[in-house]
Amino acid sequence: MTHIAKPRVRHPGLATNRLGLTRRDYEGGMSTLCAGCGHDSITAAIVQAFWEMDIEPHKVVKTSGIGCSGKTPAYFLKEAHGFNAVHGRMPSITTGAHAANRELVCIGVSGDGDSLSIGMGQFAHVVRRNVDMLYVLENNGVYGLTKGQFSASADRGSKAKRGQVSREHPIDPVLLALSLGAGFVARSFSGDKEQLVPILKAGLRHRGFALVDVISPCVTFNDHHGSTKSYEYTRDHVNALVHADFVPPAEEIETTYEAGDARTVVMHDGSRIQFRKVPADYDPRDRDRVYAYVRERQRAGEVATGLLHLEPPGRPGSETDFHGIHGTADAPLAHCSFEELCPGATTLEEIQRAFR
Amino acid sequence: MESTDSFMKPTDTRDPRHYHRVVDCQWGCPAHTDIPEYIRLIANGQYTESYLLNRKSNVFPGILGRTCDRPCEPVCRRVRLDGEPVAICRLKRVASDLRDDVRPFLPSIPAEKNGKRIACVGAGPASLTVANDLMPLGYEVVIFEKLAKPGGLMWTNIPEFRLPGQVLWEEIAYVTDMGVDMRLDSPVDSLADILGGDFDAVFVGSGAPKGKELDIPGRWDAPQQVHIGIEWLESVRFGHVERCGERVLVIGVGNTAMDCCRTAQRLGGKDVKVMARKTKPYFKASPWELDDAMEERVEILENHSPSRFVVEDGKLVGMEFDLVRWREGEGGRLRSETVGSKVIPCDEVILAIGQDTAFPWIERDIGIEFNDWDMPVVDKTTFMTTRSGVFMGGDAAWGPENIIWAVEHGHQAAISIHAYCNGESLEARPAEGMNLISQKMGLHEWTYSNDYDEAQRAKMRHVDLKKRFERMDIEVEEGFDIEQSLAEVERCLNCDAQTHFEANLCIECDACIDICPLDCLTITHNGPEEDLAQRLTAPLLHPEEPLFVSEDLPQTGRIMVKDEDLCIHCGLCAERCPTAAWDMRKSDLLLPYAGLEAGGLHAGQVVYPELAPTLESTG
Ligand SMILES: Cc1cc2nc3c(=O)[nH]c(=O)nc-3n(C[C@H](O)[C@H](O)[C@H](O)COP(=O)(O)OP(=O)(O)OC[C@H]3O[C@@H](n4cnc5c(N)ncnc54)[C@H](O)[C@@H]3O)c2cc1C
Ligand SMILES: Cc1ncc(C[n+]2csc(CCOP(=O)(O)OP(=O)(O)O)c2C)c(N)n1
Ligand code: SF4
Ligand code: SF4
Ligand code: SF4
Ligand SMILES: [Mg+2]
Repeated sequence: MTHIAKPRVRHPGLATNRLGLTRRDYEGGMSTLCAGCGHDSITAAIVQAFWEMDIEPHKVVKTSGIGCSGKTPAYFLKEAHGFNAVHGRMPSITTGAHAANRELVCIGVSGDGDSLSIGMGQFAHVVRRNVDMLYVLENNGVYGLTKGQFSASADRGSKAKRGQVSREHPIDPVLLALSLGAGFVARSFSGDKEQLVPILKAGLRHRGFALVDVISPCVTFNDHHGSTKSYEYTRDHVNALVHADFVPPAEEIETTYEAGDARTVVMHDGSRIQFRKVPADYDPRDRDRVYAYVRERQRAGEVATGLLHLEPPGRPGSETDFHGIHGTADAPLAHCSFEELCPGATTLEEIQRAFR
Repeated sequence: MESTDSFMKPTDTRDPRHYHRVVDCQWGCPAHTDIPEYIRLIANGQYTESYLLNRKSNVFPGILGRTCDRPCEPVCRRVRLDGEPVAICRLKRVASDLRDDVRPFLPSIPAEKNGKRIACVGAGPASLTVANDLMPLGYEVVIFEKLAKPGGLMWTNIPEFRLPGQVLWEEIAYVTDMGVDMRLDSPVDSLADILGGDFDAVFVGSGAPKGKELDIPGRWDAPQQVHIGIEWLESVRFGHVERCGERVLVIGVGNTAMDCCRTAQRLGGKDVKVMARKTKPYFKASPWELDDAMEERVEILENHSPSRFVVEDGKLVGMEFDLVRWREGEGGRLRSETVGSKVIPCDEVILAIGQDTAFPWIERDIGIEFNDWDMPVVDKTTFMTTRSGVFMGGDAAWGPENIIWAVEHGHQAAISIHAYCNGESLEARPAEGMNLISQKMGLHEWTYSNDYDEAQRAKMRHVDLKKRFERMDIEVEEGFDIEQSLAEVERCLNCDAQTHFEANLCIECDACIDICPLDCLTITHNGPEEDLAQRLTAPLLHPEEPLFVSEDLPQTGRIMVKDEDLCIHCGLCAERCPTAAWDMRKSDLLLPYAGLEAGGLHAGQVVYPELAPTLESTG
């Protein structure tokens, strides 16, 4: 037998969530990525996060651009709405979907090439607009789909599979997002679901733009000695700086931490992010300190991971999400009647008169 | 730092037992028949090969393909996935029914004998297996059988509507035609006499020939209407009993009772009732035997405990029962409470409440020890009694079992007899072995059919109810047709296609964990077993199933754990592994037999004659 799909048969002891669904119900089609690709692992983490959050799959919009990463929405949430945009244009498609129906949960998956090369402008503006979405950047340092050319996130001095050395400055999506004003900035590693899943959950709950930059080794073109995005290199250099637990509104926080050791950010809906093992002089709410800290770790040769920055509600950048900025109706536009959306020539006349 | 003493040790997959246990059916089969391989051979149209592979371990594939107690089926992994085992037993019948002549591939018997003579008492499956294993080694085997024909209970008690004579005689002949010296109509009435003869060893395979009595009031008042089940079945087979009364009560609800009631249905019984003391969950009969009896409109009455035979004017007219209720007493033991009584009219009663061994012909002063229950003391490993050179197996050794156990006892006893005759130790059993062979054919291609088939178990077709009652020898089961057998073979999960793991190759990418449809796999830090069991990807449902624990993984020092319980052997973990740390390897269990090292064959013995053309290549 060749090329079988993952059979539907499942473990009879699998837990169900509040919707009565198992994790398997959040899967999508069979991946066609290379065996061992970090992207597949992120897909599994996304499946886990949506399942744990009890989100109804058909209330989700999944979007992507082009690349191996761009293919992944096909591999999760088969019942969700989806759009595979042209290269680098996932942000505008997601913006449109979110503008039309603010009730849907938006997740966009992109690659380092898709976001930091051809789609850099779109990336910057979706951050600025603070579109309420989870933006997952599957970062492998190469253009995987086109056979492994260096991408804009490739570290200076890192080596390609055939030995060429990357000479240009890398773009770090975390620093970029911090400087563009993103209210939720995280970095994680595809090989560490214990860290990644809670971050994805928090990002889904965050109102506004949430970036999760995930180091995601390309086994085929960027997992060799000399690469700085390989499984081994990442494991050796990761500094899991910030541990963040996502606590839904109803649940009590059971553990107590010594003062200074834990920081809690209460989100708009009452759910909390509980930070643990944060360095004493680190405050995830302080954008400038976070920026400095990530840079500092970088200079020390480390990759700082965790939910690095979270702007608590009430501070600029958190309440002013896309719909807030534009003062749109509370009801999703998609559900408004034709008359409401196109009130007719007389109304138009009135509006125009107001501008005269 | 936590002590690592209690941490789990890496699994030693070089020990054949680990992978053997994963093949649930083969592990559950007393003779360890290579079930997945014989099923694949059937899938491939290689019926003769499949038959020969079966015969190597179970000697009577045609007989067993119809009658085996099939301990392999309840433990089949498929049960734990969709509730229904693969029809392992009836597929064996397919191989048997569709095979070509296998005689050319049976072991050749040396013309020159090795000078050793072995006596066997009884010609049931146990003795026949001893002969089957020893004849190719040059032994002279003499079988003494009380009756006119060999076969034991397979002949005298298993009715022909379940086991046609032609199937029985053909497979018995494969053994007797090896040149066994068959002394039929020769009851042994003194073991001492045999021991006084020129035999180098004796095997006692005389079965458990005594049906249990029910000594309650009235038992002996109309003896011609009350029968012991196994004796009655024997009389039917011998043609001594051709009819029975219209109203028949069968006492007991084991497999013998099922054969009795169904036989009565064919001899004129119009109102046949099986009387059970307990309730259905406690019935001794196999579920499928119960189903077959019910299909034939036999009535089974629960909670009836016989209290007396009702005899009027020397004629049995009925039987009185206590109506009982059961409740769980101390320590979960069932206690009965009588709540009434009832007389059920009948013309005949058949007692099917168990069998005992009987050894009136074994002198008690010849060194064979008997225990308090008058059972001979037999070593569970060597099958030797307390008198050296006298071995015992089958139902004779520890009471009634079934054919496949009798066969396995025969194999083990033959190993012991061979060692004994060569002056070797009996305790040091010959080692089992295992070959592991990669099944990879290409990127996404395996030698076996690895996709999970959701099909339900094939249903056996039965001869029409009315027609089957016309004669005793109409086989009820029609066997699977080609379509059914081709569908059923796909339900087999190929549990011998083992997931073989090399820790040093793993880069901990999680691909295998994520793809596994049954969530068998976990990468986690090591710890004590109870603690580790809490951290598995999916909950541990059957802790008795094996866990695989790897060596420490190179990058993080964590371990790979696999709960073997529900693995469907789809190979997706191996397909998605970038470094081939997982591979699918067929585990080929190599069993030793008398005079053969693990996996060995006798001169002339062939399993894969490559006679049958392969139907079509897979894919
Ligand atoms: C009604 C019934 C139905 C059964 N159905 C099944 C079934 O469907 N599947 C299954 O697996 N098992 C079944 N069994 C059980 C199975 O038949 C036995 O477990 C099996 O035959 C035991 O084999 P054996 O070689 O130990 O002894 P037996 O088959 O009992 O053979 C013993 C032989 O020894 C002979 N013998 C005894 N004493 C002497 C003596 N002193 N001298 C010479 N010969 C002697 C006997 O005549 C007999 O031929 C059934 C049993 C019964 C009673
Ligand atoms: C407009 C356009 N330009 C170029 C390409 C070719 N192309 C396809 S994928 C890709 C890069 C993808 O890299 P990345 O976003 O890092 O994704 P990965 O495959 O590494 O996940 C490029 C340049 C394209 N498809 N469309
Ligand atoms: S080329 Fe690289 S990024 Fe693309 S699927 Fe293969 S491993 Fe993943
Ligand atoms: S073969 Fe591998 S992927 Fe398939 S069920 Fe077994 S462990 Fe899981
Ligand atoms: S797929 Fe292979 S390399 Fe990846 S975690 Fe599994 S065994 Fe290790
Ligand atoms: Mg990339």
